[in-house]
Amino acid sequence: MIRVQRQDFNIGVEIDALTRGRTDVGAVVSFAGIVRADADGDPLKSMTLEHFPGMTERELNRVEAEARVRWSLQDVAIIHRFGELLPGDRIVLVATTSQHRADAFEAASFLMDYLKTRAPFWKRELRVSGEYWVEPRDSDDSAAARWSS
Amino acid sequence: MKILYFAWVRQKIGRSEEVVDAPANVRTAGDLAAWLVARGDGYAEAFADLKRVRVAINQEHSNFSAPVDGRDEIAFFPPVTGG
Repeated sequence: MIRVQRQDFNIGVEIDALTRGRTDVGAVVSFAGIVRADADGDPLKSMTLEHFPGMTERELNRVEAEARVRWSLQDVAIIHRFGELLPGDRIVLVATTSQHRADAFEAASFLMDYLKTRAPFWKRELRVSGEYWVEPRDSDDSAAARWSS
Repeated sequence: MKILYFAWVRQKIGRSEEVVDAPANVRTAGDLAAWLVARGDGYAEAFADLKRVRVAINQEHSNFSAPVDGRDEIAFFPPVTGG
């Protein structure tokens, strides 16, 4: 399940939707990304996420399909927000279910690493000192690369 | 062909999309970027360092060597920073 939306989501509701009424799920793993204020030095006032409608959904679907090939998963949920967000707001949710925990853990980690380098989102930060586009981190590329070895 | 711009590429060029009639010698995404640069300052600034720009053709990640033609939708943007 892929959703790209402006509005907030409820983590508990989303996890519950993956497991409710099922007795075959043995593990659910979730990751939520939150806007950090980085209070030291130059605090963040807000963050605006821009994306490429259409391509975003295609890339997220592709990343989900790749995870389902690599791991034994029962379900996958990816929710990614766009628009203006404030410190403390939720940005992204990735949740996976499987019979056993290893598949759910690894797939959730893979999904986050891959979507960070492939999904066409761009973050613009409004800080006390001005506005800045977030630069990609080398550590994001190396995190994604570890899955291709 | 239709061209889309995102994030600071869009800001430097001053528009989010346009339809252009590129000459026949524009055969790749790189040729298209070079042709756009000749149109003015904002384009020159956006494409000053192609290592900082990514390209998608018909909503698929691609590269500057990839062929393009009039039916394609080409998007130029900075490296992505979602998640």
